[in-house]
Amino acid sequence: MTETKGMTLNMGPQHPSTHGVLRLLLELDGEVVLRCTPHIGYLHTGIEKGLESKRFQQGIPLTDRLDYLAPLSNNLVLVLAIEKALGITVPERAQTIRVLLTELTRINSHLVWLGTHALDLGAMSVFLYCFREREQILDMYEAVSGQRMMSSYFRVGGLLADLPPGFEQQVEEFLATFPSRVAEYEALLTTNPLWRQRTVGIGAIKAADAIALGLSGPSLRACGVAYDVRKAQPYCGYERYEFDVPQGRVGDVYDRYTVRMEELKQSHRIVTQALHRLQPGPINVADPKLVPPPRRLLKTSMEALIHHFKLYSEGFQVPAGEVYQPIESPKGELGVYLVTDGSNRPYRVHYRAPSFVNLQALPRMVEGRLVADVVAVIGSLDIVLGEIDR
Amino acid sequence: MSEREGQEAGQESPVESLTTQHLRKQFPEDILDVKHWRNETTIVLRPAALVAACRFLRDDPELQFDFLSSVTGVDRMQLPDCSPRFEVVYHLYSLHTKRRVRLKVRVDEGEAVPSLTEVWPAANWHEREVFDLFGVPFTGHPDLRRILMPEDWEGHPLRKDYPVQATPKWWEEEPA
Repeated sequence: MTETKGMTLNMGPQHPSTHGVLRLLLELDGEVVLRCTPHIGYLHTGIEKGLESKRFQQGIPLTDRLDYLAPLSNNLVLVLAIEKALGITVPERAQTIRVLLTELTRINSHLVWLGTHALDLGAMSVFLYCFREREQILDMYEAVSGQRMMSSYFRVGGLLADLPPGFEQQVEEFLATFPSRVAEYEALLTTNPLWRQRTVGIGAIKAADAIALGLSGPSLRACGVAYDVRKAQPYCGYERYEFDVPQGRVGDVYDRYTVRMEELKQSHRIVTQALHRLQPGPINVADPKLVPPPRRLLKTSMEALIHHFKLYSEGFQVPAGEVYQPIESPKGELGVYLVTDGSNRPYRVHYRAPSFVNLQALPRMVEGRLVADVVAVIGSLDIVLGEIDR
Repeated sequence: MSEREGQEAGQESPVESLTTQHLRKQFPEDILDVKHWRNETTIVLRPAALVAACRFLRDDPELQFDFLSSVTGVDRMQLPDCSPRFEVVYHLYSLHTKRRVRLKVRVDEGEAVPSLTEVWPAANWHEREVFDLFGVPFTGHPDLRRILMPEDWEGHPLRKDYPVQATPKWWEEEPA
């Protein structure tokens, strides 16, 4: 018998299947992973530090860059935290639009996950189909905010602007075709023997371990734990929407796949309800200290001019205190811990990034398995490095 | 939910939340401060009691705080009451009772905080991040290394005396 020696393999940070600049140090015995050590921080941009030096409204565009596949979720959580500290609630219409767009964001994020995950495992055509539907959602972002990705559409006190004419129709067209598109993806993958071979029984984790490791989102629900912030601690009126929280059983790669596929359909349900719920009405709180006055008033009203000037030169003050606001982002529990000192800038903002916490479970899932499984497990965790490194 | 009883800014609620009551009964000497603001409870603990208190909160059948949501730090240098300087903040959540609570410990420069990795493995990376960005060490942590910044980085970026825009100086220029 010849003796085999262990080998250390450096996977990333420029490896396409690590979904960004993740670097893994794999200690191998043949093709079996003995130890996996993730190294992160290659995309650290100091966003939390940056937020401390910007006024509350100015910080919102920075947050788009965290989880760049779900920019509106990042906007929403910061805006909700500031609104909580201010003690205000936005009008009904703004809440409905926020729900509608964050659910479209969930679909958007899950489509990129599905496309890239399938591509990693060799199913190339799924990727092209997913990006076809994602394009429709990016068009909607563009319609409301003028930006396809970095939308910054949610503002403290409401929204940047009301929905443009024809937006409802645009959403309806998307809703009409989307279920048949999901059926197409499922036809390509769900019962495909190659897909099942690569995913069933791979990277399984027990519910108790997943909870102890702080896993959240679809990765936790795949283990059979029904934790969804939208149900547990509703925000934006989620308690008024009907939807299910899909769960898996064994928490392997395949379960994480089925949970997210089911979530695509649930988000479709929520968007449909939100669209029916949409009534005309104000989209901002009626507080001129927080929301800029309409442009047309600036030439006729001295008050409006002063408020406009104060808002853009000084911003607004938030009472001193601290709040924690969680939401259910496409990746899991996305939370903002906000400390305020009574000034017009946040004293400290911490993003509880679900990808950061979920990635911590990776070594547990891949140690003792094959190198090829590492690719499948990373894809199934749906990480975004922008959010991990912040 | 009993946490909802805390009302206006800065005021302590007349009835303390269940979590606080239980914790106070078990650790009467170690609770330094309790605050309620915007329906959220904050409990400031003595660092020495942190691990025992967390174990209690996790295992108590009525509370069952089984989910460590996040760990982070605050440099209180520019706040009115700024001694001790650092605050390590823990957000706990219970999947069973759907309650949340915020725990805090306060330490000065160079003082260590006991690690929670024994109670929740999730604390591992969170604590590394606090160590990296604030320079607060954790005792009993199995792998205390920098996590976001390079290993040879000088300084701790989220400290308030660390400039927002600064270029690291890698070498000295020779005089002409």
